[in-house]
Amino acid sequence: MIFMTDKVAIVGLGYSGFSPSTDRVSYKEMMFEAAVKAYRDAGIDARKDVQSFICCTEDFWEGNSIADEYMPDQLGGALRPVCTVAADGLYGVITAFMQIRAGLVDIAVVESHSKLSDVVSKDDIARFAIDPLFGVRNLDPNPSFLAGLEMNRFLHETGNSRESCAEVASKNLKNATSNPRASYGSKKSPKEILSSDVLAYPLTKLEASKPADGCVVLVLASESRARSLAEQPVWITGVGWCSESPWIEGRDMSSAGYASTSCRMAYKMAGIKDPGKELDLAEIDDTFSYKELQHMEALDLCGRGESGRLVERGFTARDGVLPVNPSGGSLGLGYMAEATGLHRILEASLQLQGRARKMQVKDAKRALVQSWRGIPTASGAVVVLEGGP
Amino acid sequence: MVYSGIGISPQDVANSRYLTVPYSANLRYRWSTGAAVGRFLAELKNGKIVGRKCDKCKRVLVPPRMFCERDFIQTSKWVYVQDAGIVDTYSISYIAADASRLEKPLIVAVIRLDGTGEAGILHILGGIEPKDVMIGMRVKAVWKPKRRRVGAITDIRYFAPAGDAK
Repeated sequence: MIFMTDKVAIVGLGYSGFSPSTDRVSYKEMMFEAAVKAYRDAGIDARKDVQSFICCTEDFWEGNSIADEYMPDQLGGALRPVCTVAADGLYGVITAFMQIRAGLVDIAVVESHSKLSDVVSKDDIARFAIDPLFGVRNLDPNPSFLAGLEMNRFLHETGNSRESCAEVASKNLKNATSNPRASYGSKKSPKEILSSDVLAYPLTKLEASKPADGCVVLVLASESRARSLAEQPVWITGVGWCSESPWIEGRDMSSAGYASTSCRMAYKMAGIKDPGKELDLAEIDDTFSYKELQHMEALDLCGRGESGRLVERGFTARDGVLPVNPSGGSLGLGYMAEATGLHRILEASLQLQGRARKMQVKDAKRALVQSWRGIPTASGAVVVLEGGP
Repeated sequence: MVYSGIGISPQDVANSRYLTVPYSANLRYRWSTGAAVGRFLAELKNGKIVGRKCDKCKRVLVPPRMFCERDFIQTSKWVYVQDAGIVDTYSISYIAADASRLEKPLIVAVIRLDGTGEAGILHILGGIEPKDVMIGMRVKAVWKPKRRRVGAITDIRYFAPAGDAK
């Protein structure tokens, strides 16, 4: 029977890894562990109850062409409907959301993992993603220069300072010290961050996230199944995604246009008019320190040029008015390639369920999750999550 | 307007009239073998083949996996299997990796090892002429000398007709 169902919820969360390296397990074994935990959390039998499996993976991070083929077994997806979305995990959540909303399936699984410790030439993969015909690839700089270019223009146009960016890194590294999944939690002052080695001016080493391994598996369900399966379903009330032009030199580097467009789509769906006031927390992209500020402004959490001051005043601290990355974000947990969006969903969902322990944000009812696909892309997605009945 | 394109002669290319941008990506990986394959490779060094048993479907998975894809449960124990079995299917490959013609063809086979149930491993056959290979024939592993084994599937040189193994 085909029918349109109104609401979609996350009813199961599972994860494994979350470490700079996971040498003792293969990526498949890491996925199996996360999947078993997610299905137990949802109280389902994957072989009987799941009608769709969606993986988010990119062949070059995997080191296998057509890596999709290697995903089914360890998720319980052999001889079942499986597909891969070659993008950040949030795109997988949105794909599952659409399949359920369309009435095609009742229960869908979304998976993404990072085994970056298996990739020896990480920077070369980012460089390989740069358009070959524009020659930049052959100039031979490390691809982090792209973050430097963007940061410089963003600061120049908005009047935000390098000190504010360092404040973001300091906050997220500190938040991570109370997150059991975080690999890079530490107490570093903005001054120490600014005086760390320069990667690509104005970006310093402590302002760039470091790689981590990990896997996240989510179980999504239609409203009727969600109500019978979960005591605390996390409702997906808005989704959006967007890609800007890949022409690096031609795009507006000061503003994250992909984030503005995708958030407008998601806010409209979720009925949010004043995001800065209506959201209780945000887990948004902070691959680099300035990205959190740039995204705060693009996502309308504050006005243009205001993000830096808000961070410095503690507005975005865990006990602030609008906590941003109370989990520690990518700076604190580590950059997890295509699994980044799902780790943010995991952290935000735990908050809405009141399961975030030492990281718990008071009265967290509505959360914003946003991801960016990293250098050299200008693509990303947004998901709005809500707790409650 | 649709750009209609122009014809290019081999001479144009030789004269670099139309430029191309060459690039060779530097892609390097170092995969963690994990609990299952890691032990499998280590056991090959000792001249043994080890699998994992699924308690539900009773198969012994070789090469081993920590989970059964059919029953979606963790496999329960390590089981040593024989280094002999039967040829499930084979192909005689006359082309090398670079697509050049092989004078002596390579015989690739799936071998169902004794005691594994339905699972088979992929390897090559040796000590036999292509015309003599048959589905269902018995074969046995021919190992490299112990000091030359490194913990790789190539520690088994090939499978040869059983009884003839040297």
